[in-house]
Amino acid sequence: MSFLFDGKEITADTGQSIGAALIAAGYRSWRTTRHGGAPRGIFCGIGICFDCLVVVNGRPNQRACLTEACDGDEVSTQEGAGHA
Amino acid sequence: MVGAACAYYCAEAGLRVGVVERGAVASGTTSAGEGNILVSDKEPGPELDLALLSLRLWTSLGERVGDGFELDAKGGVVAARTPDALAGLTSLAAEQRTRGVTAEVVDPTELEPRLTRDVAGGVYYPQDMQVQPMLAAASLLRHARSLGATVHTGTSVLEFRHSKGRITGVRTTAGELQAQWVINAAGTWGGEIAELAGAPVPVLPRRGFILVTEPLPPLMIRHKVYSADYVANVASSDASLETSVVVEGTRAGTVLIGASRERVGFDRTMSLPVLRKLAAQAVDLFPFLKDVNLLRSYLGFRPYCPDHLPVIGPDPRVPGLVHACGHEGAGIGLAAATGHLIAQSLTGTTPDLDLSPFRPDRFAAEVVS
Repeated sequence: MSFLFDGKEITADTGQSIGAALIAAGYRSWRTTRHGGAPRGIFCGIGICFDCLVVVNGRPNQRACLTEACDGDEVSTQEGAGHA
Repeated sequence: MVGAACAYYCAEAGLRVGVVERGAVASGTTSAGEGNILVSDKEPGPELDLALLSLRLWTSLGERVGDGFELDAKGGVVAARTPDALAGLTSLAAEQRTRGVTAEVVDPTELEPRLTRDVAGGVYYPQDMQVQPMLAAASLLRHARSLGATVHTGTSVLEFRHSKGRITGVRTTAGELQAQWVINAAGTWGGEIAELAGAPVPVLPRRGFILVTEPLPPLMIRHKVYSADYVANVASSDASLETSVVVEGTRAGTVLIGASRERVGFDRTMSLPVLRKLAAQAVDLFPFLKDVNLLRSYLGFRPYCPDHLPVIGPDPRVPGLVHACGHEGAGIGLAAATGHLIAQSLTGTTPDLDLSPFRPDRFAAEVVS
């Protein structure tokens, strides 16, 4: 199973979160903060901190640590608030 | 918040002030609301007069104490969904104007481009403001301390001290505090403190939930926006759940969605049906919210009295006791005027407003027992 992250193919196990798959593929950050543009990735890893936000299939602000990877997902880096 | 405002204005008036706080600064209802400073939701009467005075004082606090608490004169937009609701709203607005409120009948979708098109009309209240109440409480206390006030956090009042028919201070978990006056600014817990002092006032908790969305870009929601039935709910005494949606952005980008009201005592249980109803009403008002995530919810207990007016001023039943509590969901907004009026009455100045509608001994005996 695999999904696309910023156009690159990432393989994932069934039931694995997008965050875990990205970490396994060597990524540490996939979001920039709204005000400082600083990089962010997994922090708490359990859905509380809302730091690991990512755009999944066009929908911003999805928590990578909780969102299960699905075959064919299109995942992309989130810049700022993620809403146009 | 009310206690912090009392401390600030009393210290400014030259009084020596000690603040006793059971928890941390702003740990009660102050941190459990939206930071409303509203005139729009008040019907003509003593509470509206208090709100108008408070509005002027908050503006002046913003200038004097500095903008460390996100004071935002964003204005309020009340949307009426039906012609009947609009008729009620415009007649309320006309009455409010006679008391000094600025209220303009508008097409609310011009002020709020993302509002549902399914509205009959609305009224714009440019005087409505918002503040970050935790920062405001901390800021006013910091200022009071710079004028010599002491702040005792993590300290509870255990007992009132009396001598010759007058209160002379309190015994606290951290020792004795002597005082010529003791101000009961315990918010939703003001009834307990009043009982302890021997002069009960019927302050009861009304639970309210607020939802917090993910941060959105600026200007998605520009004002404090609510539906016209909010005013009716604020004035209601019904024990059962009432929700009338209030939606607004914050400087942090999150959108706050209130406000439910239920009389369930001090029950902190999360209630999914209440949250679902609030969310549905918010989406009804702003359809774009249906694709926005919620980050969290929180709840608080609004201190209400049976006649929905706060209790402000010296208590004739127990000399030395002064009340400043029972502001229901308007405590942040009314805090400045409350603190100012308390300071005036303690320094022998004629208060800017007649305090008799707020007098502590106005309740019938059976209500307070």
